[in-house]
Amino acid sequence: MPNKGKSSTKKKLDLKKIMDRIAEASKQVVSGVEEEKVENWVTIHVMGRAYEVPADLTILTAMEYAGYKFIRGVGCRQGFCGACSTLYRKKGEYKLQTGMACQTRVEDGMFLVQIPFTPAEKPSYDINDLNYDVNVLFRYYPELARCVSCNTCTKACPQDLEVMDYVQAAIKGNFEELAEESFDCIQCGLCAIRCPSEIVQYNVAQLGRRLYGRYDSPEPEHLKKRLEEIKEGKFDEEMEKVTKHSRKELEQMYAERKREEE
Amino acid sequence: MAELKYIEGYPEYMYKLMQKVHKTRQKRKDYIPKPMSMKEQKEVLNLHPDYAPGGKRKISIGQNKGDIAPDPVVDLLEAYPLIESKEIDISSADYNVDVLVIGGGLAGTTAAIWANNEGIPKDRILLVNKLRHGDANSIMAEGGTQAADREVDSLKRHYIDTMGGGHFTNKPDVLRGLIEDAPFIIHWLHELGAIIDKDENGNFVEKWGGGTSIRRLHSCKDYTGLEEFRVIRDEFRSREIGCIEHYPVIELLTDGKNRVTGAVLYNLETGEYKIVQATATILATGGFGRLHIRGFPTTNHYGATADGVVLAYRAGAKLRDTDTVQYHPTGAAYPIQIVGYLLTEKLRSSGAQPVNVDGESFVFPLEPRDVEASAIIRECYIRNKGIKTPTGLRGVWLDTPMIEEKNGKGYIEKAFPGMNRMFSRYDIDMKKNPVLVFPTLHYQNGGVETDPWGHTTIDGLWVAGEVSGGVHGKNRLMGNSTLDTMVYGRRSGISAAEWVKSGKKQGKLTLKHQKRYVEMLKGAGIKPERRSPILLPEYRGKKALARMIDVF
Repeated sequence: MPNKGKSSTKKKLDLKKIMDRIAEASKQVVSGVEEEKVENWVTIHVMGRAYEVPADLTILTAMEYAGYKFIRGVGCRQGFCGACSTLYRKKGEYKLQTGMACQTRVEDGMFLVQIPFTPAEKPSYDINDLNYDVNVLFRYYPELARCVSCNTCTKACPQDLEVMDYVQAAIKGNFEELAEESFDCIQCGLCAIRCPSEIVQYNVAQLGRRLYGRYDSPEPEHLKKRLEEIKEGKFDEEMEKVTKHSRKELEQMYAERKREEE
Repeated sequence: MAELKYIEGYPEYMYKLMQKVHKTRQKRKDYIPKPMSMKEQKEVLNLHPDYAPGGKRKISIGQNKGDIAPDPVVDLLEAYPLIESKEIDISSADYNVDVLVIGGGLAGTTAAIWANNEGIPKDRILLVNKLRHGDANSIMAEGGTQAADREVDSLKRHYIDTMGGGHFTNKPDVLRGLIEDAPFIIHWLHELGAIIDKDENGNFVEKWGGGTSIRRLHSCKDYTGLEEFRVIRDEFRSREIGCIEHYPVIELLTDGKNRVTGAVLYNLETGEYKIVQATATILATGGFGRLHIRGFPTTNHYGATADGVVLAYRAGAKLRDTDTVQYHPTGAAYPIQIVGYLLTEKLRSSGAQPVNVDGESFVFPLEPRDVEASAIIRECYIRNKGIKTPTGLRGVWLDTPMIEEKNGKGYIEKAFPGMNRMFSRYDIDMKKNPVLVFPTLHYQNGGVETDPWGHTTIDGLWVAGEVSGGVHGKNRLMGNSTLDTMVYGRRSGISAAEWVKSGKKQGKLTLKHQKRYVEMLKGAGIKPERRSPILLPEYRGKKALARMIDVF
């Protein structure tokens, strides 16, 4: 914690002012755009209805600007949770596009709808009872065999993953490739919604990754050893002692720490 | 304003300024500023939003009367409930369970699984979520999870690092629990099938974290929280434990004395309420980033609105360390669409340096977070060596190309696919060019006080994860939050299950605590202008809001 009582009144005033300046600069992000400052506007169509919105917003923030209070179709707002799956077409284009509302900038003439939920099967299994074997994937997801390699899933993926490739890796029992290619999956469900073979790609990948993580390489020896030491109570005395130290003793120990070599 | 010309995703003037970073890179490669002494740390911390004057006040009612907290938090504590007892019927319960878990991030989901492991049947556990199961800060954790499992490391060392990071204010017995269980949690994740980064010998790749004295950070690329959570949620779903979504808790129920006995749920879509009667209740509702304390943008998810602290406080639980807020040193400052988003500390532990407008490396890249954040604020607002964006924000460069300079070509795509993807969506190549950063509101350091099993000061109520206070003291270290969620999720799940198994009967359902709280509010002269919990932040456009009418 900082030194107390050292800063003069004048300095205190300055620091308060700095905080206010920071807040002022962040206002657009925190409490919304001010219309008079917006130079460029675009028109988007939310489920068919047109709204004029500032051009530098994402689909998510543009819909909020237009007056939508989200209770579905929003989560982390930063591209990690997969809650804000969106389908859109631009006027005059044949292509149906996908994106996360929080990660996609608005474009003029966008017609969009959110898909906040994907009906999908998620079977129950106990990872301890499963074999590290491709048959496990087919047992729980027999529809895997229906893949027609159309690549629609890959085109639908807002993370730009090679979804069809990992489905093919799953079919071949190549767990490493399945895990590697699907690792960045945010389970938004867009691949499954678009799949003509009704495969739930992201759930297949989830099972595949768990099998790979659990069985492909053993738990490191250094972890096993540490767990054993903890079980034997090797650190009990030391830990008991350290929790009793005074603040002063702890401060000294902290200051005297030796940093591990880079 | 004239139309800006863009080069490689940046306005031309920023692109020109950036050339200094490229020019000085070789020189900076071997010159890294030394860590600050404790005196220098104290000096720069005067600039931290927690310690700079303004923005906070004393709590005027309840258990923590007289304690300092940020204004938006006090506003929620000094607010009236969403429901009045005469409005709702609590005479019978819609759900009757042994263990109610409120909040489905890593902490809540882990708690439910461990209550189940301890013998509570799947249909006697209920996990309720404000949004979807997984709409949580957990899933956005990028950097990693600390655990002292290398031979050269020790539990004591992890303890000292964390204590120092927390300015020696951490609650010792609770911190001890965190440290001692850490290796087991990594083991548990491995057993569940989480893919944790390993080297060619099959050992974990362990990275530096800010404020640590040794490499101790386990990660899953830069999607650590996502991978941990995906695996744990899949396990939860496989067990078919009870779960409902889009049903926030708007009030806890008590027996009128010192025990929590259930909760009132609210269907966000239909407006209907439901009553849960529970023998044990675990609160795992996360933090408060969406309160935008001191006007900062945030890394937090949409639902991080301090609900749990409000509910627990009203029920009579004690809070601690409410005066400190964690600002992550490196939030994105450009482009406007991603301002405040998290740029993981792991970037710095892999070689990226904060660099000012003159191309100077001005701070040791891995100070504890509050120190690092304060140094960046100083560079931008006292020394005036920041870079201004077209929307008026200031920031410093984070020299990401240095990562590949140190670790070899291709490293960023492999280790930071999430970051790389985020910037490429805005035409910025972080492998080639630096990115602009400024501190962002990240974490609720304090919260509901607990014992080493997550139990609060009231019977029948446990807390786990960010909603709790004590384990991190006044400043959390990197890699200790995901650890906290799983250690205390597990401990609270086990402890709650034991309580149930000891033969505890369910308690009466009343709102007497709420009535008492309202009397205190009135007694303190607080007018019924605010209501809480707020559940969700308000981002609707002002123009649209001004014309809104309520018909149904």
